[in-house]
Amino acid sequence: MTDNYDVIMVGAGHNGLVCATYLAKAGRKVLVLEAGDSPGGAAASREFAPGYSVSSCAQWLYQLHPRVSRDLKLEKHGLELAARDLASVLLDVDGQHLSVLGPLAEGGRLGGEDRDAYKLFHEKTLKYAKLISRLFESRPPGLVEANLADRFALVKLGVRLKLLGREDMSDLMRIVLSNMYDLMDEHFDSPQLKALLSVDSVLGSRMGPRTPNTVFGYLYRRVGEVFGYTGVAQVKGGMGALGEAMAASARARGVELRLGSRVRSIDMFNGQVTGVTLASGGQLRAPVVVSNADPVTTFEKLVGFRNMETGMARRVSQIRCDGGAAKLHLALDGLPRFNGLEDAQLAQRLVIAPDMNYIERAFNAVKYGEYSAAPVLDISIPTVSDPAGAPPGCHVLSAIVQFAPFEPAGGWEGASAAAGESHREHFTRLVLAKIAEYAPGIREQVVASELLTPADLERGHGMKGGHWHHGELSLDQVMMTRPFPGATQYASGLDGLYLCSAGAHPGGGVMGLAGKNAAREIIKRGAPV
Amino acid sequence: MAPVACSGRAVGCLARGLQAEPALKKYDAIVIGAGHNGLTNAAYLAKSGLDVAVLERNDYIGGATVSRELYPGWTYSNCSYVCSLLRPELARDLELPRHGLQVVPYGGGVTFKRDGDYYGNYYDHNRQYREMARHSKRDANAYERYATDVMKQTRLIRPYLLRRPPDPTSLKLRDLRDLLGFARSFTEMGEEGLADTLKFWTKSVGDYLNEYFETDVIKAHLGGTGVIGTALGVYSPGTAYVLLHHYMGDVDGNVGSWGFARGGMGAVAGALAKSFQAFGGEIICGADVDRIMVSHGKVKGVALRDGTEYRANIVVSNLDPKRTFLDVMDESDLPEDVVRKAKNFKIRGSSGKLNIALDGLPTFNGLDQNSPLMLGDMHFTDSLERLERAYDDWKEGTWSKDPYVDMLIPSQTDPTMAPPGKHMMTVFVQYAPPRINGGEWTDADKAGFEKSVIDQIAAYSPDFRDLILHCETRTPREIEAEVGLTEGNIFQGELTFDQLLFNRPFPGYAQYRGPVRGMYMCGSGTHPGGGVMAAPGANAAREILMDLRRPDVVPGGYADD
Repeated sequence: MTDNYDVIMVGAGHNGLVCATYLAKAGRKVLVLEAGDSPGGAAASREFAPGYSVSSCAQWLYQLHPRVSRDLKLEKHGLELAARDLASVLLDVDGQHLSVLGPLAEGGRLGGEDRDAYKLFHEKTLKYAKLISRLFESRPPGLVEANLADRFALVKLGVRLKLLGREDMSDLMRIVLSNMYDLMDEHFDSPQLKALLSVDSVLGSRMGPRTPNTVFGYLYRRVGEVFGYTGVAQVKGGMGALGEAMAASARARGVELRLGSRVRSIDMFNGQVTGVTLASGGQLRAPVVVSNADPVTTFEKLVGFRNMETGMARRVSQIRCDGGAAKLHLALDGLPRFNGLEDAQLAQRLVIAPDMNYIERAFNAVKYGEYSAAPVLDISIPTVSDPAGAPPGCHVLSAIVQFAPFEPAGGWEGASAAAGESHREHFTRLVLAKIAEYAPGIREQVVASELLTPADLERGHGMKGGHWHHGELSLDQVMMTRPFPGATQYASGLDGLYLCSAGAHPGGGVMGLAGKNAAREIIKRGAPV
Repeated sequence: MAPVACSGRAVGCLARGLQAEPALKKYDAIVIGAGHNGLTNAAYLAKSGLDVAVLERNDYIGGATVSRELYPGWTYSNCSYVCSLLRPELARDLELPRHGLQVVPYGGGVTFKRDGDYYGNYYDHNRQYREMARHSKRDANAYERYATDVMKQTRLIRPYLLRRPPDPTSLKLRDLRDLLGFARSFTEMGEEGLADTLKFWTKSVGDYLNEYFETDVIKAHLGGTGVIGTALGVYSPGTAYVLLHHYMGDVDGNVGSWGFARGGMGAVAGALAKSFQAFGGEIICGADVDRIMVSHGKVKGVALRDGTEYRANIVVSNLDPKRTFLDVMDESDLPEDVVRKAKNFKIRGSSGKLNIALDGLPTFNGLDQNSPLMLGDMHFTDSLERLERAYDDWKEGTWSKDPYVDMLIPSQTDPTMAPPGKHMMTVFVQYAPPRINGGEWTDADKAGFEKSVIDQIAAYSPDFRDLILHCETRTPREIEAEVGLTEGNIFQGELTFDQLLFNRPFPGYAQYRGPVRGMYMCGSGTHPGGGVMAAPGANAAREILMDLRRPDVVPGGYADD
């Protein structure tokens, strides 16, 4: 047994790798243990059919913090973008597609008034996103047991709020609590524009446009623009290439990374974390263990409720982390044709959600453990910009599909009401039919398909509930309450155990900030004795 | 028994024709609307010595706090129907009991299940525990924790009901001091307490209850109050606060309990009116205000639809924010942002009401007619999922096909409501949208709405249908037409957290002052919101007196529990 690590990191997700690299940079000897056989966690690529590979969870890059990218020298370690500044295109059955990129909204059935209103709206919300992004770049300030740094952070926040000016400050404090549906009605007429922006507010979460909190969800996504992304970008080689680049960067800093090494438990003695036990049986010791697993998995499965006080166990079990999004991968024997869309436009982000009520109805289903009969889709055809993902002339279509429950009654393999097929087959057919409304010939082009449900995402990536963000990004679970009070500043509440996943502040999305902030906190709290 | 204890005449309000004064009399202050907040506001202004008139469009006072005899011999509380939130500080200070207000607490309450069983809410603590344990021992134990936690939030908020909300954007000394006070009372709770409070304010009632309970019927019984009067579902974040809103009242110091005002809710308005009149105030009924007169940025008085004008340098609107700024005020007198904010103000109605005269006491499945459970609120929705599906109908622009009802038979407790042996039933219905599929309610829609409610009740009560003597059905259309609540919203504006505290009714105008000098708001559209609390009226009076540099005669909030 080698006991000379300063830090053991559980999981090589992107936040874990970021955190490990910063720790190594500060002189810590770090061991990263990853259950899977590739680094990156939800930033992963996979061959899902012979010759076809795809980003198997996250598919767009739009929030990676530039500082993280620079500090880790990701470009030097192989990160390359296949495309960037991609517009979001709301598909229209009649070919009147609406395209939005930065402050510009074009096409569709958009009136001039809405176009101007959108420009103003974009400018205003970018200001708000900027303010929120500052909060993301450091640990959430303590409000009560606040030390000098926290107080300073709070004062800075207060000053920034005041600097918005009276009108904007009060507007922000109102709308951040509000829902997207009403906010869109306040600003725009175009059902297309309202729908496209609403999709951004509910992506990856279990909320509909009418759900209070969704404006926060929208601003959350817009933080990416503050970090330098106009529109979305596509990583060459899929998101897995980002994981590989991060792993290379970590190794270059001296981090030891062991793949295929599953942690069975985080061990404690006398209330102090002592190390981990591997599924293969071996034990490893370190004074500090950092968990890149989501908080529920960390505390319930790895630490075990019996090792903590009941109040804490209760708080953990109350974290809402049921996913609502599925992923569909199609292997196609040619480039799909969408009504009224030129081939060059196929590289962009294609969205299916005709109006806000459509999204809301799609959401209704998941409240009752059902999947949407008419789902919302966020589609990427990565092989347009990066042909290496498929055999020559062939293509991959990857779509985020909302909404899907963790599991419908009877499980995904159970029989659906439409006799003769499972829920999985039924839902796949529904999604394909929806895409075919916009790309009529697509069914004949499909060589192979794969549907990843939230249950599959939990199995594949170890994310409890299959929730991308490791816990719902609603106001009761962000900032000073993420993941739960007592564990909000990356220190878990158990001596020696830290959290660095998307389940900690500031949350999900491939940002790298949870890892970066956690590393700073671990370093600040002193070298382990 | 007086036929209707609180019709305008009974409290001596002047019909316009009988008025002795010349049409151009000048008052110190005019209050538009004799709802309970308008009357409270007027009472405090009069108490401080001002010459005050309340102008009421209807021939009777009370607004939505009203008792009416719409079927001979029966008194309907035909809008608001139960009492708890009325601030005890105000009731005491305005001597409402002396002026005839008596609130009789009721216990009981029951939710009937589809399988023939029910969940009862007993007044006795041990009996309640056993009833819960009958459904789930775990839930029975969790209830202790639940009650403690909700009470903690209640205690926290109660002192703030009788204060104006501080303006976080202001740098004025008073606002900064208020903000600091807020901050201090929050930090006393510690990091975890504070986080729990933040969660409580932002969570859905469904999620909140799921943290404690496992039994559907128990969650449904408790969860209904999280959506009453609200255009949100039990799974919508923010509804835990609405639950709290319904918990923070009391009857005679019993926090969280509810009661019947003897003689119907009009008794509240009646007592307020008498208190106001005792201070020398004047109520003028049948006075339909057309507009608030403004000259050189200052209020001059009001003009009625028939051309009569009343002068005053202070005009207080008890109307909801939309009616206030978009109806009775001229757009040219207002800053552009106020018009925009008023247009964007969310006031969608979500509820309807049936008031039913019964030939006798109906029997309900599996429940003894003499059971104390019959005395409280009765429901037929036995799971959160059914409650949420009822909301889905609202979102689709139609009334709930499986409606949630909050049904009471107050005549069991208050015999003044119906002739001996007969009964009066009040049925509050969630959900009913302000418009049907984007169009106005038609009589056919109203009949369909009524049928869905009657069918719901009759499914659990075999003799109910035959006992109906008269039924008054109110959709949001009727509520708006009679009481003047825009879109039929019972709270004068949705209680979503983007419209609470310093955001109520909207940012910049949350301290009861309007954008024109001398113009104020005192309705439920202002902090702390609706529910026959009388707090907005009192808080507005305090601000007006402060502006006039008169001594503050309005009691502050105190935690007496």
